[in-house]
Amino acid sequence: MTISEPKPLEEILGVLQGQDKVFLVGCSDCATVVQVGGEEQLKEMAKTLEENGKTVTGMLIGEPGCHLLGLRKQFREHRAEIAAADAMLILSCGTGAQTAAAIADKPVHTATNTLFLGCVERFGQFREFCSACGDCTLERNGFICSVTRCSKGLQNGPCGGTTADGKCEVSPDRDCAWLLIYNKVKEQNALDSLKGYVAPKEGQIHPGQRTLSREGGES
Amino acid sequence: MSLRPVLQSDRFIVTGEVGPPKGVDMSHVIEEAKLIAKMVDGINVTDIQAAAMRVGSLATCHLIKDVGAEPVLQMVTRDRNRLALQSDLLSAWVLGIENVLCLTGDHPTLGDHKSAKAVYDLDSVQLLKVAKGLNEGHDMMGAELEGKPDFCLGAVVSPGANPLELQIMKLEKKVEAGAEFIQTQAVYDVNLFAEFMGKVKHLSVPILAGIVLLKSAGMAKYMNANVAGVTVPDELIARMAKAGAADKAAKEAGQKGGNLVATSIEIACELIAGLKPLCRGVHLMPLGWGHHVPKILKEAGLA
Repeated sequence: MTISEPKPLEEILGVLQGQDKVFLVGCSDCATVVQVGGEEQLKEMAKTLEENGKTVTGMLIGEPGCHLLGLRKQFREHRAEIAAADAMLILSCGTGAQTAAAIADKPVHTATNTLFLGCVERFGQFREFCSACGDCTLERNGFICSVTRCSKGLQNGPCGGTTADGKCEVSPDRDCAWLLIYNKVKEQNALDSLKGYVAPKEGQIHPGQRTLSREGGES
Repeated sequence: MSLRPVLQSDRFIVTGEVGPPKGVDMSHVIEEAKLIAKMVDGINVTDIQAAAMRVGSLATCHLIKDVGAEPVLQMVTRDRNRLALQSDLLSAWVLGIENVLCLTGDHPTLGDHKSAKAVYDLDSVQLLKVAKGLNEGHDMMGAELEGKPDFCLGAVVSPGANPLELQIMKLEKKVEAGAEFIQTQAVYDVNLFAEFMGKVKHLSVPILAGIVLLKSAGMAKYMNANVAGVTVPDELIARMAKAGAADKAAKEAGQKGGNLVATSIEIACELIAGLKPLCRGVHLMPLGWGHHVPKILKEAGLA
């Protein structure tokens, strides 16, 4: 799940200066679950914009907003409302915003800040577990990701900053990932999996824009 | 000459430490290094210690080498990626620096530029391995070097870490990766250190116990609350508190104090005496009290 949060209204109104007619785009997947770009949030945004002197020419919920071909089709279905707008405001993640920008013939703005890939722990509570590093080591580390959950992303064991109560010295409310890994792997009687040198990641963490082409895949 | 010959001897080893300044006035750090250069086997130079921006370790190592010290370049992986780390290692060698202590480094959020990007492209074990590779004449991609360094490589361990088993597993990796000496986090409890040494006796690497000078009871309490893996026993805190109170009374009576310094030196000497039979040496971290190091070394019978 891509976790996003709404930008402050002042920032949104700021980028919409001089663009009074706005078309809204949400997303049926992550942004709906995370409640930044579902039907309810689109309606709220429309109301807020109208209160601030804007006209909302229409809205759509991308199914999902990051599906290039699908979104293009949905744009066509709403072409009159989009044509009537000065700009589009995207209420989904950064991928959704860029997907819309790639096919829109209007200025595009984003209404959210995208934060991380996360798990929905309960209603409105999200937690990051995976950094999409491209070189998964979960198998070795008791299914606790040190790339994401260790503040330093260490791969060969903890630094000296584990506090007496097992927290990370960077943040007292965060458990030391390596302590979690150790406890888990020990419980599984598999401490040997932590032994031996782990080589540096091979340039997968910040590789620029990543792509994947799966053979036979069309969607 | 690197630390290697003394590590291979059977002599008790002493290393010191200086911290570069925030600013370009190098007079204090050079004076401090000069003062102890002939009394110690090596002087560590911290690398943007505590993630607080300052003059670099490499430049400072070069300057203290010029005044007769044997510098130990501390190198953290927090600020540089693998390109810069390897390049700085080669740069260090061409400037005459022969010892490198490989560390991960305090996280930027604990320092004075909290939003600095934390790099950690390599960890301390990987840096050791990469540095050893340079010694063998190739970079981490396997490309051959034109002229190779011969660094004496060191690493750190925290004997008070919990769980110790996990800490020792990492120490084993460091030794395997190429560490030729180990300096420890501050030790204040000789018995606990003895237990630690018992658990690492399978490793044939020289271990130098870390000694951080206590400056006050408050500092000891602060470390207990905030520095992971460091525990100052109550007995030492009480002695520092008593000395602090005596200094305060002396000051009020218009007399010279000096009890805190005397007690701090006394504690350091006791620790050295207790640690000497247990390990290969000590690493003194005076944290600004470098001018007291000669006295400590003399009183501990190490100079």
